[in-house]
Amino acid sequence: MTTTDATTEPAEAAPGAVPADGPAPAVRVSDVTKRFSSSGPAVLDGVSIDIRPGEFVCLLGASGCGKSTLLGIVAGLDRPTSGTVEVGGAPAKAGRASLMFQESALFPWLTARRNIELALKLNGVGRATRAERATELLDLVRLSSAGDKLVHELSGGMRQRVALARALAQDSPVLLMDEPFAALDAITRDLLHDELERIWRETGRTIVFITHNVREAVRLGQRVLLMSSRPGRIVREWPVVVTGERRIEAPEVAALAAEITTHLREEIRRHAH
Amino acid sequence: MPTDLSAETSRDTPRDTLGALEAGLDALQTDARDRDPWPRRLGRSVLPPVLAVVILLAIWQVVYALHIKPDYVIPGPAQAWDTASRLWDDGSLQRAVWTSLSRGVIGFVASVIIGTPLGIVVARVRWVRVAFGPIISGLQVLPSVAWVPAAIIWFGLSDATVYFVVLMGATPSIINGIVGGVDQVPPLLRRAGLVLGAGPVQLVRHVILPAALPGYVAGLKQGWAFSWRSLMAAEIIAVGGSLGFGLGSLLSQGRDLADMTVVFVAIVAILLVGILIEMAFFAPVEKRLLRRRGLLQS
Repeated sequence: MTTTDATTEPAEAAPGAVPADGPAPAVRVSDVTKRFSSSGPAVLDGVSIDIRPGEFVCLLGASGCGKSTLLGIVAGLDRPTSGTVEVGGAPAKAGRASLMFQESALFPWLTARRNIELALKLNGVGRATRAERATELLDLVRLSSAGDKLVHELSGGMRQRVALARALAQDSPVLLMDEPFAALDAITRDLLHDELERIWRETGRTIVFITHNVREAVRLGQRVLLMSSRPGRIVREWPVVVTGERRIEAPEVAALAAEITTHLREEIRRHAH
Repeated sequence: MPTDLSAETSRDTPRDTLGALEAGLDALQTDARDRDPWPRRLGRSVLPPVLAVVILLAIWQVVYALHIKPDYVIPGPAQAWDTASRLWDDGSLQRAVWTSLSRGVIGFVASVIIGTPLGIVVARVRWVRVAFGPIISGLQVLPSVAWVPAAIIWFGLSDATVYFVVLMGATPSIINGIVGGVDQVPPLLRRAGLVLGAGPVQLVRHVILPAALPGYVAGLKQGWAFSWRSLMAAEIIAVGGSLGFGLGSLLSQGRDLADMTVVFVAIVAILLVGILIEMAFFAPVEKRLLRRRGLLQS
């Protein structure tokens, strides 16, 4: 449990930041540090990220690097020890950005449709339009025939699609996803990658997607940020440029994934002593 | 399963291959298990308890027939049955059941009305929890019979004594049920509620209370058991005055008259009422609740 000195890490050209002349960022994380106790080690150390509106960013790192902590802070569920987070130009607050978890976190006493309707209700959507909106959202995730099913009657993949529909019901421009497909089987995960890409294109959301799966990050993101562990920092970023249809088995995806994996392993190796 | 798959895809008429793939996967991954037909389920759930009662009656009959003790100490099932039908014919058994049951239900409902808001406050307000939590847990352990002497001094031999004892028996269980239920709400669901933009009141109303419902119902069940027990204890100890004649009073009368058959009848009646309330009310509510959440195999 030694705190390795990470100060030797060469500063990349401010990884995470967008050029100053770009549009106002949808999410701006400025110099965020997080300690769970005042004397404890920093879980996050000076993390700064700017994310453009409509961008799909993947945040990659080994387990325990503070990815989920960072996402919780952006979602407004936790407070940073220092630094600021803005979502859509306003300070982060619970309810401002939607968040999907690794487990669906659907309310098990409600049907799929009622889960979505509750999100609409909490978002201030009037009773009259709720049912109609819920139908649209169920259609969007291709679950129009499963709306009246209870949560435990749905498969893992279906639950995550309902959770996605519920997150979209919030109508926030920013969607945060905390390893949402990690617990699914490979076949379902591949399908949901395609689904998510389609929905991202249709809805124009800004997506911040956390994963520890390098290929998944390259498959989905326009930009991949690599986080170091203990303390968590953004150490590198890669733009993902893929010509033609992007698939998880595409050679371009594989090549970039191999490069990123090398760096990820280097990061992990630093903790060996 | 292949028939299900084709049915699913044709019903959805997917526009593209991705949709078809997904529909196929959905059909494969959700198993539609039929429940057994109700005669079979009934046979499975009703037959064993009935059999158990028959066995117990047989043992009773054997013990009686062996004449280990004189008849007036251990009467046989037939003698008890005679006493039961005599008490039924003159209406005193029905009256005793009705008196006790109505007291129990009124006392229990009052406990629910008092205990529920108190439980929410104890569960949600930190300093109340720290201050009163241990006392309420302690009250749950205290047999509520211990309140009978105090109640008699305060309220005399009146219905107020009985209700007070019932209230002291049931309310702590109900409060603890809510507190336990709220404690067991998965943190993930709270976070999900917060992220969806729920304020403090909305979070309690839409997330915490529904999630705590199984714990609450378990508390209610225990609360009923405690109130029924304390009611019987109160009725046995406090007899006379303006008090009506309940099952506990019947039991006490049986003792005074040294009539073992009356004592037996009263005990069985107390037991039956308890079982009936459990089977007719709490068991179905609990089962439905758990099945809906996928916490119970059907």
